[in-house]
Amino acid sequence: MTIVLRAEDISKRFGGLQALANVSFAVEEGQILGLIGPNGAGKTTLFNVLNAVYRPDGGRIVYRDRDIRGLRPYDVARLGIARTHQIVRPLNELTVRENVMVGACFGRRELGLVDAAAAADATLELVGLDARSDQLAATLNVAQKKRLELARALAADPDLLLLDEVLAGLNPAEIGAMLDMIRLVRDRGVTIVIIEHVMHALMNVSDRVVALDYGRLIAEGAPAEVAADAAVIEAYLGDPKLAAGLVRAHD
Amino acid sequence: MIRGAALEVARWLRNPGLWPPLILVAALGAIPAATGSATLREGIFLLLMYVALASSLNIFLGYTGYVSFGHIVFFGLGGYVGFYALTVLGWPLALAAIAGGVAAGLLALAIGASVLRLRGAYFALATLGINEAMRAFVSNFGPFGGPTGMSLDFSIYRSFGGPTEALWLAYFSMLALTIVAVLMSSAVKGSRFGLGLFSIREDEDAALVMGVRAPSAKTIALVLSAVIPGVIGVLFFFKNGNIEPPDAFKLQTSIEIIVMVMLGGFGTVLGPVVGAAGYERLRSFLLTSDPFKSLQLTIAGVVLLLIILFIPNGVIGWLRARVPRLRGTLQ
Repeated sequence: MTIVLRAEDISKRFGGLQALANVSFAVEEGQILGLIGPNGAGKTTLFNVLNAVYRPDGGRIVYRDRDIRGLRPYDVARLGIARTHQIVRPLNELTVRENVMVGACFGRRELGLVDAAAAADATLELVGLDARSDQLAATLNVAQKKRLELARALAADPDLLLLDEVLAGLNPAEIGAMLDMIRLVRDRGVTIVIIEHVMHALMNVSDRVVALDYGRLIAEGAPAEVAADAAVIEAYLGDPKLAAGLVRAHD
Repeated sequence: MIRGAALEVARWLRNPGLWPPLILVAALGAIPAATGSATLREGIFLLLMYVALASSLNIFLGYTGYVSFGHIVFFGLGGYVGFYALTVLGWPLALAAIAGGVAAGLLALAIGASVLRLRGAYFALATLGINEAMRAFVSNFGPFGGPTGMSLDFSIYRSFGGPTEALWLAYFSMLALTIVAVLMSSAVKGSRFGLGLFSIREDEDAALVMGVRAPSAKTIALVLSAVIPGVIGVLFFFKNGNIEPPDAFKLQTSIEIIVMVMLGGFGTVLGPVVGAAGYERLRSFLLTSDPFKSLQLTIAGVVLLLIILFIPNGVIGWLRARVPRLRGTLQ
């Protein structure tokens, strides 16, 4: 069992707000790790620390036995960590294909333009945006922009993929399709960390779940264990019956 | 790697968008040569100069989205360094021109490594300051002649076969430079590096996360957009015969080049060519017609306002949006 990423005692403070406090966890190769917690718990901040957008105030991040603290986001991207953004960030005045080509050109594979165009087309087909490749990214709707985020990250051929709420705003059918896609990506050997509020979907797709509250890690384990955890119910799920339902649905 | 590079060069040459700006520049450049007219030569020299300046600025402004108000500093510094090399050091014109380009490139490198960390309006303001600081420095710098600048000893033209021959030489050098500027603009736009620049223009933070080395990419773009203006400065002041701080670091010209890029269509290869040619023709007309003579800058301001209000993507951007069939050729 190989550990892809290990976070050790990560802390991050914004002025008077302790966004992350001594968070430690590890992600195993080929796993899908779910990250849950109420709004403001520090989930996206944790992603921003993991891919070097923010520099942590304390702690270590070890990616494939290498301490990646102090690297810049583009270094981390080229090492093989790709991410999507919760609030989509399309490159509006570029076409959908060009958006994905940026991922292919500057991600882990560092392809030339010709190969990147081919990789982009293949990725767009995978996420179902191939009919829109020549449109400007600005013209996509939100669900399509979410898929574009995913396509850009996938085109980089990542080893570790950080997904920040890719299911938000999707209808049940789209959620089902997205979950299938996430599993497909995992089956190709990509390790995934996923932030999600759509609980039944997250419980369904994750191998392990980590729960954050006020920047602290409050629970960690199999999805059913975390859903039944008293601290998680208190901080996040709220309703013990909902939690029980989640556990049952998962079994 | 080599196969990839060869493929990209082949793709670039097949790109139909490369040809309209090249043909336009070549056609303009051929007029004085065909007619032998000195008046046309002087007019088109200026026109080509603005085409080259606008195309160079576009590599930075149009592709990365960073506004440089003080881009003329590269023209001025290049001009001064080249002029110094010509008059004081006695270098041949070609070497002096290269020195001007290198000086401009080095200044761009220094700006890229320091000031280019600033974003948006902060960077734009800083570029204004750099131009003013350079003007103040040169005005007090003894070797460059201080506030009175330097003059060329006209006997220098004798080595080119006489003043007329020297002016023609400057003209054809300007034409060649303009073609290089257009080729460079097109090559950058069609490259992987160019795609990285465009991603910075659209969303620099997203670009960083996708692996674009934004700090070095922006610096390289600034250097590429500074070198040709530096060489142009040498040619311009060689032809002019003297150089003074207010002529070399003229803020007004800096702003006018931005208007040209915006008028034609920023981020396109053809746009700055069309914008510079159009604006320069308009200005020559205004300057030579009595009722408008002193209103030329006012009209330039109104033109800029109208562009930003009604065709923010410039003439070429507007045409591309209206006539999708032309998108292949108008790039």
